[in-house]
Amino acid sequence: MSETTVAGLTTEEMIVNVGPQHPSTHGVLRFVVTLDGERVNECVSHIGYLHSSLEKIAETLRYEQYITNTDRFDYLNGLGNELCYVQAVEKLLGIEPPLRTRFIRTVMAELKRISSHLVYLGCYGNDIGAVTIFLHAFRERELLMDIFEAVTGGRLLYNYLRIGGLRNDLPTGFGDQVHRFLDHFPRRLTEMTDLLTENRIFIGRTRGVGMLTAEQALSYGVTGPSLRGCGVPYDLRKLRPYAAYDQVEFDIPTFPEGDCLSRHLVRMEEMRQSLRIVRQLLDKMPDGEIQAEVPRRLRPEAGEVYERVESPRGELGCYLVSDGSDKPYRMHWRGPSFYNLQVLPEMVRGGLVADFIATLGSLDPVAPDIDR
Amino acid sequence: MANTVVKTILDVIRVWAENLARHWGIPPVFVSILAWIAAFVFVIVLVLLMVLLAVYLERKVSGYIQSRLGPMRVGPIGLFQTPMDALKILTKEDIVPRDADKIMHTIGPVFFFVVAVAGYVVIPWDRGAIAARVVDLNIGVLLVMALSSLGLLGIMVGGWGSNNKWSLLGAMRAVAQMISYEVALLLAIVCVVMQAGSLSLAAITADQGGSLLQWNILRWWMWPALLLYVIASAAESKRIPFDIPEAESELVSGYHTEYSGMKFGFFFLGEYAHLFVIALIGTILFLGGWQSPLPGSIADFVPGFIWLMAKALAIIIITMWVRWTLPRLRVDQLMQFAWKGLVPLGFVAILVTGLAVALGLGGGGI
Repeated sequence: MSETTVAGLTTEEMIVNVGPQHPSTHGVLRFVVTLDGERVNECVSHIGYLHSSLEKIAETLRYEQYITNTDRFDYLNGLGNELCYVQAVEKLLGIEPPLRTRFIRTVMAELKRISSHLVYLGCYGNDIGAVTIFLHAFRERELLMDIFEAVTGGRLLYNYLRIGGLRNDLPTGFGDQVHRFLDHFPRRLTEMTDLLTENRIFIGRTRGVGMLTAEQALSYGVTGPSLRGCGVPYDLRKLRPYAAYDQVEFDIPTFPEGDCLSRHLVRMEEMRQSLRIVRQLLDKMPDGEIQAEVPRRLRPEAGEVYERVESPRGELGCYLVSDGSDKPYRMHWRGPSFYNLQVLPEMVRGGLVADFIATLGSLDPVAPDIDR
Repeated sequence: MANTVVKTILDVIRVWAENLARHWGIPPVFVSILAWIAAFVFVIVLVLLMVLLAVYLERKVSGYIQSRLGPMRVGPIGLFQTPMDALKILTKEDIVPRDADKIMHTIGPVFFFVVAVAGYVVIPWDRGAIAARVVDLNIGVLLVMALSSLGLLGIMVGGWGSNNKWSLLGAMRAVAQMISYEVALLLAIVCVVMQAGSLSLAAITADQGGSLLQWNILRWWMWPALLLYVIASAAESKRIPFDIPEAESELVSGYHTEYSGMKFGFFFLGEYAHLFVIALIGTILFLGGWQSPLPGSIADFVPGFIWLMAKALAIIIITMWVRWTLPRLRVDQLMQFAWKGLVPLGFVAILVTGLAVALGLGGGGI
């Protein structure tokens, strides 16, 4: 323990555990933080509390059996994870899903993105001390939950996507339900912006806090809103369009400052862009089959594939190795939360305790997504 | 007049009690001691009732702001939820951490609560002798402020005695915050004292008598002091945006992290008692105390202490509204705001009030 001397007084550094049980760690996360008074000198993250062997489990399950597990790691983006996995297997098998399926998958992934960003918004408000925004955000999220429930039957764990297709087609009245949400939500979003984003105290707490430069972000492999908050327009939906993203127009919001506020603004703007995407897709939704021709037993040829999608937290990658059997030989997930969290010590060094919490929240980590 | 009715009833009770005591042969000295004890019991019961009411209000107001209902199950519209919680907390196990300083750990919350309640003895509830206050001090406002700073000691002792790093951080933050904001708060009070020409809360109330226009809130030269008091008192009651000593998302629970059962209850109740005292003082300083808005009209039928409480509750509801709307400041922003914003504003307020008093606008003058 090093000692620093301030005006003749000898002060000791204090080592505190933030987590694994702490109100602001968004799940089971632990940081060992060295404090000099209120100032953070060093931060070491300890992960592994939620390790669930999801990669190892894949080696014991047939390809089509694993889909249900993908909902479980980044639980705020269940349908997006399913999309990533299903696309990886389809690539391995050389299956092309029907156009309608691709549209529906994209709509669901974008609605899931809005729902995930709403959770972020609520929790971030809580981290900053604005408690009310949490309930307002979750109230709107409930409308999305109703939509997911109507389509898939589940609220958190969906098991909706199938290799080469979907479990079931959209229910009747889906279009109206989503349109009602699309008409209602922008007003609420403006209200929430007024309540939190434009608050002077909020801006004071987030502007210039948790600075991340574009170089740092790129060298640590940070992706998603955290990277776009440094001014790098890196978005897989645009760079490498998958599903039906090539059919729609949307912008990639970027803010150059690289602080908590710009990361926050990226997410707020992304919700608006997602609304745009969903609206276009609903208007252009084609009819037709939802399931491609898929063999009864999935035995991809020996080989490997890496498929990636843009999750609400960044680049979500699925690496699959096939040995020709009906089970993956090896599976690996590139979880965005894990990569984004690596840069945290760089961002919080020299800041205050309150800044540490604000920075952690602005990275929007989901604990089970960090270790699997 | 309702006031006189209340006063007469109280007088009748007093005379009856004195006669009874004489009949039983209790010496008059003991009678007055008993009267004092009765007065203190009255204050403590009143404080506890007010605290329960404030906690209930907090839950309902936050529910309204967050589009929920708040407590609804226990009693009509959830009215008995808070008393039930208070009873429940008494049955909870009292956990003292192994490495904590047991004596300090116990003294902290008790001290905090006692000091918070003690402030009530000088509040003039109504006109007249008995209903007015337990003790009439000519330095009432000074005493309240002194007690309110003493409460800090309870926080410090409790936070340090817990031997928890979060508690220590919370206690340190509390000390820094309270010391800074007390300066601003006192500067605001000095303005009112200059206006009234007295430190006695009864005299300050009397200075605002006559009509609604005499209330300090409607005297333009008191507005800087009012602004200062509103902000500094919010900081003094440690509520969002100034809840830095607790800062749930940062410091877990701040100085009361290691408390459970009734010791936590003391901190919790003490905080609301303190909140109420601050609202009462705010009422007396700026809203005319127990006086009705339209003296001489039908409004006089409502007893003075009802007016006082109604005004204080209005202040409390506003602080709750603020609490459930704003984010939390950061500790350095808080200190900057206190020393660079509020303290200079305090000097401006004193200057403005001083000029007004010198020009004969104000009342008492020093």
